[in-house]
Amino acid sequence: MNGFPILTIMIAVPIAAAFWCLFAPGSEAGRAANARWTALAATLVDLVLGVVLWLGYDAAGAQWQFVEHVDLFGRFAWALGVDGIALLLIMLSVFLMPVCIGASWEAITKRVPEYMAAFLLMESLMIGVFAAQDLFLFYIFFEAGLIPMYLIIGIWGGAERIYASYKFFLYTLLGSVLMLIAMLWMVREAGTTDIPTLMTHDFPVRAQTWLWLAFFASFAVKMPMWPVHTWLPDAHVQAPTAGSVILAGVLLKMGGYGFIRFLLPMFPEASAQLFWLVMGLSMVAIVYASLVALVQSDMKKLIAYSSVAHMAFVTIGLFTFNRQGIEGAMLVMLSHGLVSGALFLCVGIIYDRLHTREIARYGGLADNMPRYALLFLLFTMASVGLPGTSGFVGEFLSLMGSYRANSWVALVATTGIILGAAYMLFLYRRVVYGRLDKPDVAAMTDLNAREIMLMVPLALVVLWMGVYPESFIHPMRRDVGVVLARVDRAWPGGDGRPTPGKPMADHAGAGHDAAAPEAHEGAH
Amino acid sequence: MSNTASLLLTLPELILSVGSIALLMVAAFVGDKATRGISIAAVAVLMAATISAALPMNGGGVAFDGLYRADAFSGFAKVLIYVAAAISVMIAPRFFARGGALRAEYPILLLLSSIGMGMMVSSGDMLTLYVGLELQSLAAYVLASFMRRDARSAEAGLKYFVLGALASGILLYGISLVYGFTGTTLFDGVAVAFSNGLSTGEMFGLVFVMAGLAFKIAAVPFHMWTPDVYEGAPTPVTAFFASAPKVAAMGLFVRVAVEAMGPAASSWQQIVIFSALASTVLGGVAAIGQTNIKRLLAYSSINNVGFALFGLVAGTEEGVAAVMTYMAVYIVMTLGSFLCVLQMRDARGEPIETIQSLSGLSRTRPALAAAFAMFMFSLAGIPPLFGFWPKFLVFDAVVGVGLWPLAMVGIATSVIGAFYYLKIVKTMYFDEPAASYAPVTSYTEGTLIAVSAIIVSPAGYLAIPALGAASLAAAKALF
Repeated sequence: MNGFPILTIMIAVPIAAAFWCLFAPGSEAGRAANARWTALAATLVDLVLGVVLWLGYDAAGAQWQFVEHVDLFGRFAWALGVDGIALLLIMLSVFLMPVCIGASWEAITKRVPEYMAAFLLMESLMIGVFAAQDLFLFYIFFEAGLIPMYLIIGIWGGAERIYASYKFFLYTLLGSVLMLIAMLWMVREAGTTDIPTLMTHDFPVRAQTWLWLAFFASFAVKMPMWPVHTWLPDAHVQAPTAGSVILAGVLLKMGGYGFIRFLLPMFPEASAQLFWLVMGLSMVAIVYASLVALVQSDMKKLIAYSSVAHMAFVTIGLFTFNRQGIEGAMLVMLSHGLVSGALFLCVGIIYDRLHTREIARYGGLADNMPRYALLFLLFTMASVGLPGTSGFVGEFLSLMGSYRANSWVALVATTGIILGAAYMLFLYRRVVYGRLDKPDVAAMTDLNAREIMLMVPLALVVLWMGVYPESFIHPMRRDVGVVLARVDRAWPGGDGRPTPGKPMADHAGAGHDAAAPEAHEGAH
Repeated sequence: MSNTASLLLTLPELILSVGSIALLMVAAFVGDKATRGISIAAVAVLMAATISAALPMNGGGVAFDGLYRADAFSGFAKVLIYVAAAISVMIAPRFFARGGALRAEYPILLLLSSIGMGMMVSSGDMLTLYVGLELQSLAAYVLASFMRRDARSAEAGLKYFVLGALASGILLYGISLVYGFTGTTLFDGVAVAFSNGLSTGEMFGLVFVMAGLAFKIAAVPFHMWTPDVYEGAPTPVTAFFASAPKVAAMGLFVRVAVEAMGPAASSWQQIVIFSALASTVLGGVAAIGQTNIKRLLAYSSINNVGFALFGLVAGTEEGVAAVMTYMAVYIVMTLGSFLCVLQMRDARGEPIETIQSLSGLSRTRPALAAAFAMFMFSLAGIPPLFGFWPKFLVFDAVVGVGLWPLAMVGIATSVIGAFYYLKIVKTMYFDEPAASYAPVTSYTEGTLIAVSAIIVSPAGYLAIPALGAASLAAAKALF
């Protein structure tokens, strides 16, 4: 747009700060303090830049904005740019990062400079993933994120951290290398590495299936979809609080982003062919992960399984091939990023006080930690999908979309809402209600100022997204339309049988953008 | 072509030959006192040879009626070989300083070996090939047992010699078969004969030649000598074995496969596919149980050679260019790793080789641990480190000839390899600190580690256009 390379700067600021954290001179305590403040400052600068980005983004303007293109590497380019979808996910990343730094302020006491550097590096790579407009640049950012996350889990994690870090790394690596081969083939076929061009390229239908499967291998692991989700509970349970926040908040969204950026627009025919694969896995995931979550005795594991269930709403929404579904999926991603991040913070806060994640060790927190109980309740409700919170809008839209795609899918998926309410409320009851009969639990203090400062912004955004989701739907409306225009031709039609006099609403393709806003009004 | 013109083309070898003989005289008359001076002179000679080797990259020609070629391919390979050899000279003094001084023959043997390696990548005839290979190998056998009072070193030398001789025998047998059935030892002549279909005898010749060469690059199933030799040889020598001769042997392998046996590509392609896959799998699986860092790096080199061979599977210009890029990046990563291994010494200065001793290195020596971790991630081919790029290129070449199922399998094997590289990182970063190593006292080694770390860091990507153009020019020289 203008000559100011804002995306490059957003990527560069955390990297520069990471170097300063690592190489700053001084005593150990001095370096730790320096690292904390540097990291906080850098993430806040990125947040401000993110806000500038959002304000500067013109939803009616060009599809790709803030475009940068430098032919730096011969075979591929330093090409960045955002559309509405990428913009929202970048916003999510830069919003959660200061929270992560704040959450680690006191919890992390050993090797602070390295810790902060790893997080800052992570932030750069996440922004890079969402902003990359070159296929190979995307791959490099996508894959590079494994290294800092591996270190975060492995160095600052819990007792089983080493197993969890290996599992995380190797699982995701195996998924992504297959995607790399598919990318190599695509670039040869299409003759370009430019993602916007590839999004409009029609690949041969036969090849699409293979390419689709290779990409799916990578994104399904990242997402994570059943049955390749098993790395997630391990990684979450062992990771430090902020690591879980970023893992659930942003890293999982890379999978969803991959679906919406690559699988749907690039391989529409294959997406329609493999509709039942995605839906089948997602339905299993919703029911199975919710049931598993019900019986967990470890809080983090419970929330990890709830993530698996929530991400299945995303995949269901995305593969409905209609506007409600895809917009709903995007909103579920954003909402889940905030809510699960906040829930991991809630767990982290009491973990810092009692050093156990065992649900049975708690109880009756409502008496001695009322402020905590209130905020925890809000996020629990948002996770359940109570109207007025962010969780409702996304889940409702994606379920509505799925009903139009296939009523059986909608039927099974809706049970997830009920089960979700069951396991979240059950968790809340065991932790916060009941009798305050354990002396060490009774001795726990309520939230301090730092913790309130971390939680309140999250709570406000959760409410904002619940009450006025239009702010978040507006930037991506056109881009969802672009995706729909690509997939529309492959859509086989839903299982609804409209009868004369009661026409089924038009399938909301690109040509029916005008009809779409009404559908949203119905959502709240 | 006159002899003068031919001699001019062999300028790098001339420089090295004259230099090594002169230095040998100095060593003979002055003795070990002159070691330091000889080392410096040897590096200077290697640098002069590097510059003269880089010249024909834009032209070159054929010398001695086709026996010797100076082209972009040999130029590219020689630059890598000589630089790696020079670094092997530079890293030796501190290692040998303990327990018996470094003797003056060390740099000279490296020079002699370099002449052989230069001849290997420049050969245009089976016999030039063999002479170069033997010159390289004989120097290498002596180097492996350079610490003659050390039982392991002597054993390594002996093993290397016996198995190397066997491989030479196999190679010679193959050459004799090829000569017998085609009537020539010139690569061009062999190519002409092979282009009319392959007779059984020629086929046998091809297989034996390939087997002999596979031994030299340590590709599975001819890899067994590697771990033992790497473990037993003095560490600077191991660093040398893992770098320069690998490039030379790989260059030779590519040249023979493409120039002499190019018309029979469909026959050797299966051999190379098997060898590549077997190397990546075995190099990955066998490394998992290792406790000695040098053995582990030996398996890592087997693993990496397997990946480089994937480029040859493609058999296209692109594929060969990818192999050359691979070798260029590979020697940086390998030399970097061995430089880190050289820093592993206890308080008394005794070298330590157990992986266990790396525990918690990130806390006792953060910079060294960071560099080592970068080399490990890079060898595993994880972006954004530069080691990703050559893997990308070889698989791109494989996909380019339509063999994408092979590429899928091949790249999946890299995940096995990633496991043991991660193990090193885990030991350094996750485990509780073990006894600290002696501090680095050598500026040369520190600087070399830093330079290699910068090359494998994402900054290396900026070199892609230049490196890509040089590799492609090298590859074009063969087609």
